[in-house]
Amino acid sequence: MTSPVPLRLALVVAGGVIGSAARLGLGLALPAPAGSGLGAVPWATLIANVVGAFLIGVLAARLPSSSGVRILLGTGVLGGFTTYSAFAVGSVALWHAQPWLAVAYAIGSLVLGLGAAALGLDLARPRSSHTQAHG
Amino acid sequence: MSPLILLYAALAGGVGAGLRYLVDLGVARLVGTRYPWGVLVINLTGSFALGVVTGGFPAAAFIVGAGLLGGYTTFSTAMLDTVALWRDGSSRAAVFNAVGMLILGVLAAIAGLALGTALTG
Repeated sequence: MTSPVPLRLALVVAGGVIGSAARLGLGLALPAPAGSGLGAVPWATLIANVVGAFLIGVLAARLPSSSGVRILLGTGVLGGFTTYSAFAVGSVALWHAQPWLAVAYAIGSLVLGLGAAALGLDLARPRSSHTQAHG
Repeated sequence: MSPLILLYAALAGGVGAGLRYLVDLGVARLVGTRYPWGVLVINLTGSFALGVVTGGFPAAAFIVGAGLLGGYTTFSTAMLDTVALWRDGSSRAAVFNAVGMLILGVLAAIAGLALGTALTG
């Protein structure tokens, strides 16, 4: 069942506030990227992005993309929790200090994010297909 | 960091998420939904804009940068779309959605940082 656009927009905004608050809170809880070595890696962004990619895989396996809950939690909460802009700008900032670490951060984020989304999809996939195979 | 600033930034993140939803709908209406162009447009414009804010307007970095643009852009949907494209057999589109978006996103961030620095430097 699809809800009208204004309702879906309200769900996205409400979820986006929650997801953004969680991401900003994580950023404040962890030390800001500074100095040399692994301390310069934007860990909060990396963690939010990988965890968010896993959870959106779980959601996608369980709910159709048009469902209101999926729009609230996926497009809203997880869309607000994860971020591409901080990932891109953070990679460039890290490049200026430690180019190889920046490459590892950028590629590592992608590999972990893709693996997490695939894992979430596969772990949460309903087992009805097995039942059908037996029945 | 006062709790009020955190609240404003989170609310700005909600506005950013709403903006993302509308841009995604608009782009899908313009070019169709075979490839997720909306998320690409969103992540590239958002990376460029965050570069401008970071390079030129550090006072706005938390509310506009981390809040609004953090909520506007999304990493999770880009990852999910990439896995879905790959599993649908659209391997070239999947590779572009991951590697192409990364390269273009980094270039957009570099361009934004340069513009922000030039505007205020």
